[in-house]
Amino acid sequence: MTDIKAEIDVLPGLDSSARLLEVEDLRVEFRTQVGVAKAINGVNLHLDPGETLAILGESGCGKSVTAQAIMGILDSPPGFITGGSIRYRGVDLLTLPEEQRRRVRANHIAMIFQDALSALNPVFSVGFQLGELFRVHRGMSRQDAKRRAIELLDMVKIPAARQRVNDYPHQFSGGMRQRVMIAMALALDPKVLIADEPTTALDVTVQAQIMSLLAELQRERNMGLILITHDMGVVADVADRISVMYAGRVVEEAPVLDIYARPAHPYTKALLESIPRLDLKGQQLNVIKGLPPNLTRIPAGCAFHPRCGYAQSVCRADPPPQLFDVAAGRTARCHFWTEVAGDEPAVK
Amino acid sequence: MLDSQRTWEMFRYFVRRVLQGVLTFFGATFIVYALMFANQTDPLQTLAGERPLPENVRQALTERYHLDDPFIVQYGHYMRGLLTGDFGISLTNRSIKEMMEQAWPVTVRLALLAIVIAVLISVTSGIISGIRRGGPFDTVTLIITLILLALPIVVLAPLAQLFFGVQLKWFPATAGADPGVYQLLLPAAVLATLVMATEIRVTRASVAENLRSDYVRTARAKGLSKRRVIGVHVLRNSLIPVITLIGLDLGNLMAGAIVTEGVFNIPGVGFNLFRGIRTEDGPLVVGFVSILVIVFIVVNLVVDLLYAVLDPRIRYE
Ligand SMILES: Nc1ncnc2c1ncn2[C@@H]1O[C@H](COP(=O)(O)OP(=O)(O)O)[C@@H](O)[C@H]1O
Ligand code: SF4
Ligand SMILES: [Mg+2]
Repeated sequence: MTDIKAEIDVLPGLDSSARLLEVEDLRVEFRTQVGVAKAINGVNLHLDPGETLAILGESGCGKSVTAQAIMGILDSPPGFITGGSIRYRGVDLLTLPEEQRRRVRANHIAMIFQDALSALNPVFSVGFQLGELFRVHRGMSRQDAKRRAIELLDMVKIPAARQRVNDYPHQFSGGMRQRVMIAMALALDPKVLIADEPTTALDVTVQAQIMSLLAELQRERNMGLILITHDMGVVADVADRISVMYAGRVVEEAPVLDIYARPAHPYTKALLESIPRLDLKGQQLNVIKGLPPNLTRIPAGCAFHPRCGYAQSVCRADPPPQLFDVAAGRTARCHFWTEVAGDEPAVK
Repeated sequence: MLDSQRTWEMFRYFVRRVLQGVLTFFGATFIVYALMFANQTDPLQTLAGERPLPENVRQALTERYHLDDPFIVQYGHYMRGLLTGDFGISLTNRSIKEMMEQAWPVTVRLALLAIVIAVLISVTSGIISGIRRGGPFDTVTLIITLILLALPIVVLAPLAQLFFGVQLKWFPATAGADPGVYQLLLPAAVLATLVMATEIRVTRASVAENLRSDYVRTARAKGLSKRRVIGVHVLRNSLIPVITLIGLDLGNLMAGAIVTEGVFNIPGVGFNLFRGIRTEDGPLVVGFVSILVIVFIVVNLVVDLLYAVLDPRIRYE
């Protein structure tokens, strides 16, 4: 592995003592015909090697856009990064020239998408699509690249890799296809992996297999993993920390056990109450009332107030001024976090 | 699942299509044969024109063309000749085979040239338009294609001849006997306009759609250059509908070739067919049309197979 790493052009300014990934005050907006959608409004994240950060939130709250901004693959136009910084080992990716930025992708930061069937190119064999990484980034011959592609399929435990390398995406089952995606993301041994709802399109048993494969590969490589999901059930076993997003903001961040034991934000609490639980089988779930706000017209004050059971008049007038420190390594963005956290634990 | 299975499927499909093609061939030639011969009251008199036809000549000709036999037997005789490479003699008393040997290479050259011009221009400009929709290039292309769509080839061909051939003298105004690529360039360009407008629109739409697809996002996440994302990933997907169009367009091209070959005086298939139809020269028309049918069948088969190579999802069952 070291000889391969040596071939990669070293990023200027790369500082191995700096944090693996640090996102500060990230802002993204989409300028569309119907108006400007403020999709990300000051997101802070950080990630260390070997750590799993789960990003949680309902559909449309800006999880994928955050991931795309970190990868540098935002659809632009209409999407524009209007503020903040994304630093990888001290290098500010947002000021990097495009040619270097391109090399950060796949080499340092890689991504897995939700729907592997549409995320893979339908007209090229998986061998081509895997081998392409080695040909483009490592200058390998077609033959060597194919050999590496077979190794990768083996790594993600696809049976008969030598034969299947010539197959096309539509010839794989959903789970196998997601394994191909994982192989593709890990091909160049990145230090950060972003998995955007990697199991949402799969059925439950396959979900568990894919999650444990991801966890295993992450452990082997000591990678930082950002796991994006809207399913709180998925993250409990694998995540170290959780960032809960709402309307383009992180509203609560905490170690995973703390958040389950004692959520400090009404939105987190509502999400927890909406998890299907075995012991309450048959009972109606507490789904959160209402819908996330239209991002072209985010409510004044706290964006969550129209749906919040704790809301007071101050919530309608003023947004929570900052992330309040709930405990060491724990923050929440709510005027009344003390009340929320002091309540009965959501999950006993 | 396996590649060999797909190859087998494709082979069976191929055989079935060839058999279908054979049926189409006999059906089409029969209809043309019937149209050209069955209705004629006295084909020999048509041949002779105003001149009186001596009885002994009439008898010899009747025998040569099997005119006494029932129609279906005549067709049988004709087909037997055709399949053994004997196309007979035209009513102007020339060997049809020789006429074909002169005409076909010219028309094939013209058609291929037209297809190459059409594909090069429409794929290139379709991609640029698809990437920058609403930009200046896209708008100008849209206007030009609208003009081309509105101008029928009977107007466009003489206009181009007058402008580029006679006035600017960039190209020869007429092609002459056995024309080469240079002589055919202007007529081929005129012919290409016939299919270009649609091909540009299809490429543009297909590029635009593919650019929005998830696999493009994946390709970018893989750190591929923009050039590679478009030139490899988007292009291969966008070519699929264009390839199908080329097969369908062949009919248009052949129809256009008749006019174009007439205007530019190109001694090709269209030129001969046009003359044959006007003089009701049955053997000539049927001979040329029969080969035309074969060309159609073969080209469409090739396009279908090409389509399968480009799009692995196509199943043949
Ligand atoms: N390509 C786009 N064009 C316009 N708006 C977009 C686009 N992508 C995302 N958005 C906006 O950003 C919001 C957040 O999207 P996303 O990050 O995909 O949500 P999720 O949390 O479900 O992943 C969407 O509700 C939408 O308003
Ligand atoms: S600030 Fe007010 S509205 Fe917002 S979450 Fe807290 S209590 Fe609810
Ligand atoms: Mg998403």
